[in-house]
Amino acid sequence: MAQVRIAGLSKHYGSFEAVRGIDLDIPDGEFTVLVGPSGCGKSTLLRTIAGLEEASDGTIEIGGEIVNDLRPRDRDVAMVFQDYALYPHMTVARNIGFGLRARKMPRAEVAARVDEAARMLGITRLLDRYPRQLSGGQRQRVAIGRAIVRSPRVFLFDEPLSNLDAQLRDEMRSEIKRLHQEIATTMIYVTHDQIEAMTLADRIVLMRDGLIEQQGSPLELFERPVSTFVAGFLGSPRMSIMPGTLARTGAGPVIRLGETLLPLPRAPAGDERPVLLGLRPEHLTRAQGPAPAEGSCRVEAVIELIQPTGSRSYATFRLAGEPVMAELQAHDVSRPGERMEIDVNMARASIFDAGTERAI
Amino acid sequence: MAAPARRRRRRAPPFARILLLGFFLVFVFVPLYWMFNTSIKPSDDYLAIPPVWFPDAPTLVHYQAALFTYRGLEGLINSLIISLSATVLSALLGTLMAYSLARFNTGGQHLSFWVLSQRFLPPIGIVLPVFLIYRNLGLYDTHLGMIFAYTVFTLPVSVWMMFAYFRQMPRSMEEAALVDGCTRWQAFLRVAVPLAAPGIVAAAVFAFIACWTEFFFALILTSQNAFTLPTVFRAFIGFQGAQYGEAAALAMVSLVPSIALGVLAQRHLVRGLTLGAVRG
Repeated sequence: MAQVRIAGLSKHYGSFEAVRGIDLDIPDGEFTVLVGPSGCGKSTLLRTIAGLEEASDGTIEIGGEIVNDLRPRDRDVAMVFQDYALYPHMTVARNIGFGLRARKMPRAEVAARVDEAARMLGITRLLDRYPRQLSGGQRQRVAIGRAIVRSPRVFLFDEPLSNLDAQLRDEMRSEIKRLHQEIATTMIYVTHDQIEAMTLADRIVLMRDGLIEQQGSPLELFERPVSTFVAGFLGSPRMSIMPGTLARTGAGPVIRLGETLLPLPRAPAGDERPVLLGLRPEHLTRAQGPAPAEGSCRVEAVIELIQPTGSRSYATFRLAGEPVMAELQAHDVSRPGERMEIDVNMARASIFDAGTERAI
Repeated sequence: MAAPARRRRRRAPPFARILLLGFFLVFVFVPLYWMFNTSIKPSDDYLAIPPVWFPDAPTLVHYQAALFTYRGLEGLINSLIISLSATVLSALLGTLMAYSLARFNTGGQHLSFWVLSQRFLPPIGIVLPVFLIYRNLGLYDTHLGMIFAYTVFTLPVSVWMMFAYFRQMPRSMEEAALVDGCTRWQAFLRVAVPLAAPGIVAAAVFAFIACWTEFFFALILTSQNAFTLPTVFRAFIGFQGAQYGEAAALAMVSLVPSIALGVLAQRHLVRGLTLGAVRG
């Protein structure tokens, strides 16, 4: 159990900067997810924490101790790799116990702890098998077993689920979450999958080009993205982002999209200027009642495209010429070309500066 | 659908297959048999027409002559000492060098190729300087000198084979070992080396066979003391005629270690030579 504190951390490969001066505090016991597109430096950051890469600059502190100069084995962290990295020439039991044996733990204690870890993960009957005799999900369990058996101070996960099929991925995701609730150890988890990030994290750290773009609780990032990048990365289907103008009228501030005026419930700071309006599908719903609710406004829509998901249907229409997606009840809409009124919840809309693409 | 079709195709031409395999077996084994036969024939039967396929009075005199009169046994022992030592050294050093090249990118992108390129130079280009250096250092006609020469001689190919093997092994297993509690050395010895065993064995077998059959350096760098088996053969073909029986007898003897090694290493060899094709 330990907190992890990263200060001014950089990693260069020649002239390429993979990580560019990151500051990050991870409290003890927190589940932190590093997420971002490929090449954003999230894996490099994780590997630097593990000690598999040397930091070019800055410090890494685990449990109050600066570990920059410690070898990976002395940092008391455990890591689960994307390709499982099981030792093919050892049985499952030996794989799980490998780290303990390498640390010269007595044989009987190794056996007891391996059994305990196997029991936790439900792989007791696999202990005598070799990795090649296991399915992908079983291999991943063994890899996790190898990590938890050591009771490390910090767990590091490097895209552990990306080699699994969709169903197993869901299953293992809940298992990892349950594991964290059970052992409450600090976990740092790298993924490019925003659903994994949203579902697992106490805190999401969204990275871009070697820097932290935004960090906070999943809902914070989801509801108040600091930039169009964050807005577009989190959420599926994606947020619709369209260019408009922030304007002031007698009735209050509005966003002008072509001829359409969308009134804003509260005035953002600053003058009239070009902005980007971001609307998530769930901010657009079928109109109900004679007038839109407080903070919403009503628009006419001709549905162009319908994507049913069972419980909901995503309907695409054009708002001032830009495609926008609305999340409707499954039976609200039946065929393309249908006309209906849509309420836009402007209170939850995101507004970005058109130049900097940062939130206003 | 696919399975029955394949079975039918496999079963289809038994006659042609047997003929082809039979021809190949004859092609391989007749010379071997001829050699074995010659090694136990009395001298008069060597070149008799029609050939004597089954000698009436098999004899071991050629073996006796080859091993003792012509000092074949000494050559055999020298060859075993030199080849085995050079093979072990080449495998040891080669594994370390290859691992270093593959994992730490030692010497940048060109050193690995430079290692291999050492084999591009024809041996004759350096044999005289080596001879002079050896004579001055007292390595001429010594086991040590020959072991050293053969180690250097086989290293490039050993390194290159193992380099290819290490390079296709995922790094993550060793990284897992490092995080798990191993030092670099432990990760190398407990994870990388066991996994690279097929590659190491394949490289060692190649090195051994290269040393075992090497003639040119042995001819120049040895005389009465450290002479190896191949050099003994010179004596059998003289101006008075060829000693077919003795040559055949010694050839039979010299085949034994290679065959034994091949049989022992067979399981590893196949995996080692197919490299990354069969991933666990």
